Amino acid sequence: MKKQALQIRNARLIDPKSGFDGLGDLFIAEGRIAAIGPPPTGLTAARQIDAAGLIACPGLVDLSSRLGGIEPELNAAVAGGVTSLACPPDTKPPLDEPGLVERLVRRSATLGLARVYPIGALTQQLAGEKLAEMNGLARAGCIGFSQARQAIVDTQLLLRAMQYAATFGYAVRLRPQDQFLAREGTAHDGEVAARLGLAGIPVAAETVAIATALQLASQTGVRLHLSRLSSAAGVALVRAAKASGMQLSCDVAIHHLHLSEMDIGYFDSNARLDPPLRSASDRDALRTAVREGLAAICSDHTPVDADGKQLPFAEALPGATGVELLLPLTLQWAAQEKLPLALALARITCDPAGILGIEAGSLAVGSPADICLFDPEECWRVTPETLRSQGKNTPFLGYQMSGRVRMTLIDGRIVFAA
Amino acid sequence: MRNPQLNSNGELTHLLSIEGLPRAVITHILDTASSFLKVSHRDVKKVPLLRGKSVFNVFFENSTRTRTTFEIAAKRLSADVINLDVTRSSTAKGETLLDTVDNLVAMHADMFVVRHAASGAPHLIAGHLRRLGRNDVHVVNAGDGQHAHPTQGLLDMYTIRHYKKDFADLTVAIVGDILHSRVARSDIHALTTLGAAEVRAVGPQTLLPTAIEKMGVRVCHDLLAGIRDCDVVIMLRLQNERMNGALLPSAREYFSCYGLTPAMLALAKPDAIVMHPGPMNRGVEIDSDVADGPQAVILPQVTFGIAVRMAVMGILAGN
Repeated sequence: MKKQALQIRNARLIDPKSGFDGLGDLFIAEGRIAAIGPPPTGLTAARQIDAAGLIACPGLVDLSSRLGGIEPELNAAVAGGVTSLACPPDTKPPLDEPGLVERLVRRSATLGLARVYPIGALTQQLAGEKLAEMNGLARAGCIGFSQARQAIVDTQLLLRAMQYAATFGYAVRLRPQDQFLAREGTAHDGEVAARLGLAGIPVAAETVAIATALQLASQTGVRLHLSRLSSAAGVALVRAAKASGMQLSCDVAIHHLHLSEMDIGYFDSNARLDPPLRSASDRDALRTAVREGLAAICSDHTPVDADGKQLPFAEALPGATGVELLLPLTLQWAAQEKLPLALALARITCDPAGILGIEAGSLAVGSPADICLFDPEECWRVTPETLRSQGKNTPFLGYQMSGRVRMTLIDGRIVFAA
Repeated sequence: MRNPQLNSNGELTHLLSIEGLPRAVITHILDTASSFLKVSHRDVKKVPLLRGKSVFNVFFENSTRTRTTFEIAAKRLSADVINLDVTRSSTAKGETLLDTVDNLVAMHADMFVVRHAASGAPHLIAGHLRRLGRNDVHVVNAGDGQHAHPTQGLLDMYTIRHYKKDFADLTVAIVGDILHSRVARSDIHALTTLGAAEVRAVGPQTLLPTAIEKMGVRVCHDLLAGIRDCDVVIMLRLQNERMNGALLPSAREYFSCYGLTPAMLALAKPDAIVMHPGPMNRGVEIDSDVADGPQAVILPQVTFGIAVRMAVMGILAGN
């Protein structure tokens, strides 16, 4: 049997899942990884890509990317090396109807860019009052359920939602923030908020919500994922729960690995994020958690147009564009912490793939040929023009990045090349 | 990051906050205010410093008193003063803050005096003007949210200097709702920059910001301890909407714990002065016997306020 294949030559191959890191060739056939190293017998490479000086790793898996305009944001995703992403349900309208999910799945499949894994709404309209049709949503393609940025205030309903999800084995993702403690708040309740006269969101808003979620989850046995931890105290609660044997995963947004409340500077609305940027010691604790593998990294990509950001800090919409910065900022973190690249890349490939339960994030033979080829040395400056996303809102505007994606493949097809 | 209110020569181009202002700049403003104070006592209360200039009072939040003092100050500098009550006009029609600014710039405004309910709004305007390359248009923050009220802070410093001469040995107590007070934040920055020996933030935990001690103040929850041996007592206004509910049980209880009565004031130094940014709530934060008593300097604050605002506008127009 003779297969037409694609050969990626001379790349430094990093497979975070197996820990492999070395020079070699990668053979792709029928959309899957056919071999690493010497070509298998009977396989001729019809096409070759010379990747000397580049790193080839599995396409990145993003645990949370919002798609304003589907096509531009999925183009931005592949330009950032992201081949699979989970989309939170706070779309307009929210993903609480199977029909809406089917449409999103169909539309993104037609585009053939990054794979989209919708997260369904846990409650109707995300209102926290009535359970959404989780079974129908799952049949339509949802791989988990969340409330996005909304909280479920009614703890009995939260318990019921977890019980119902656990019945079918669905994962529940919660962004832990108590809505009363966070009420009106726009910044970490610390020295910067005190100085700038911004209403604060205390760390307790996160820890109270985590404690509630952990108690209810342990009662129901639901698969719980906590999204976007922001504080040292929150990390400590998760660490303790895992140590006690609880099945639990969590993530940290890439911005929170690098920035603190100080980066608000003089009311920079691009640093208005949700959850808020917290103190430097919180940031250090998040970095430790990610290094230890307690938490994965997500881009928390949230495009906001200029009108939504050219407002006084408290009135500006929260969120930052991030899907194109996920790789360089992860590389920067790895360089600062002197971590092996395989370990750092695991946090944005195989770890999130495992959390989502999808077949991605690996270079193992037989895996889908979702590949990110990047130049680890290429330096570039973040400007509105260098970002393909419609959202130009990032606190990293003007920053120098090192590491740039040169080619992205999905199922062995080249979906992006620069 | 350069302080957005100073130009590359370190001169004041906007007055957005006291934070980050060099001591020399503050002292220069206070010294300039001294000379303008004399103008206010003359028969002809005008100097031609801002002749031909247009000062726009843009108040997104109602305030008759502050707007009036800015208007008087600008008129005594011979400026043309245009008052815009933005709360009732354009923003009600959906115009954004920066749209409003663009329109006023097109009307050849030379200076904006801005009050806004959101912390940081004047910074947003100053940044916008910088991006437009309009370094000739100046912004004066007349109070933004809970962030800053720098001219109030400066007039408070002028008042303290008038009565106490030197800041080095002073103990100043700021009493009341510091959490929501832009005046308190401006006073704290000014006092720490001018080298006051001790600044105390006095109030219940519900009315003090978390981490306020990072601003260089000593936190006192007890008025007795907070006021003892003070040279200056700055009382803050308690807004009506804060009196009954989640932050405080009642105005009555607040007065009994934190109200400034003659007996309380007796714990301060005998020559202590009592200040208040106004308008006062008699019987809530301050007893009438104190407000009308010999140690109160609340009305001189108002007089000095006009001279200080003249100084600020005069200096900005010259830079």
